[in-house]
Amino acid sequence: MSAHVVPVKTYLGIFVALLVLTALTTGAAFMDFGDLHTGIRLVDVIPLNTVVALAIAVAKMLLVILFFMHVKYSSGLTKMVVVAGFLFLSILVSLTLADELTRGWSPEAGSWNTVVPTILPLLRGLI
Amino acid sequence: MSEGPVSDMAVHAAHPPGFKHQFEDMDQQREAGSLGMWVFLVTEIMFFGGLFATYIIYRALYLPAFETGSRLLNVKFGAVNTAVLIGSSLTMALAIHAAQAGKKKSEQVMYLVLTMILGAIFLFLKFNYEWRADYHEHLIPGFGFIIRPEWGAAGPHVPLFFCFYFFMTGLHATHMIIGFGILGTLTVMAHRNRFNSEYYAPLEVSGLYWHFVDIVWIFLFPLLYLIGGRFAIPGVH
Repeated sequence: MSAHVVPVKTYLGIFVALLVLTALTTGAAFMDFGDLHTGIRLVDVIPLNTVVALAIAVAKMLLVILFFMHVKYSSGLTKMVVVAGFLFLSILVSLTLADELTRGWSPEAGSWNTVVPTILPLLRGLI
Repeated sequence: MSEGPVSDMAVHAAHPPGFKHQFEDMDQQREAGSLGMWVFLVTEIMFFGGLFATYIIYRALYLPAFETGSRLLNVKFGAVNTAVLIGSSLTMALAIHAAQAGKKKSEQVMYLVLTMILGAIFLFLKFNYEWRADYHEHLIPGFGFIIRPEWGAAGPHVPLFFCFYFFMTGLHATHMIIGFGILGTLTVMAHRNRFNSEYYAPLEVSGLYWHFVDIVWIFLFPLLYLIGGRFAIPGVH
């Protein structure tokens, strides 16, 4: 028995679908889809352009993973590792955002490029 | 004592070339190879994930500056490069298919070389056109970055966007350059007839790596080039 061989026709179909999605997402960037107002604090305004762009990116990623990377035809164990990878990525992003968005402060203008001078004295104390 | 080498030869004759004895059969060997590569790719997801998470937070904190920076990028090159990279993923998949289907080695070599050519086109467009133009427009932080008055209040933070842009695309490009080394090695191996329909593990796991690099770009393209509110500026179409 040997591995599942994906027919060339499938690869070409996925390739065309990826090109179409690339054209779609590029075109969508020049259209204004407006904002979605949820009424929920912290996520009140959701820019639909961002949602569309990321949804298309996720669709493209799934096509690549399932067909080009053969995950559709892989064992359950491999599938689980793939899903676990993205699960941990979502933990990384969501917990970091949960902290950052709920602190109730926003940085002063220009504070990001004054971080180094404030960290340096601390480092000097350590070394 | 003396039966060692003899029985080894007998065992080798009985299985396909490339089979390693610690596995039950070729299917198990193939699965172990893909699984191991995926475990590595999960660490790569987290590696890039840290950058993506940081990008999301700083974008939320300095949205006007990130949108201004995004609109300064050349979306045409971004889109064309996305298509080029998708093309290289296709040729990579076809190289593996050629081995799986027991095609001649020349076909494997051809697809591998095509993959490298498409990868080289990507890097050529990125470095020679995009980055070069950025340098001449004073958009590289640390290399004479000039904050333009038309950026208004967002101006002082625009370099932050470009730090992310160069670091993320640079890390992606580094992965591609490593990929060239891998693809070059594969081409030599294919030329030496190392792969057949039963054994093509180096092609398969390298393909996983190359497709992963493609996926990173699939996300970098919208995050860096597309979601900066391009629709708001007249005449950029």
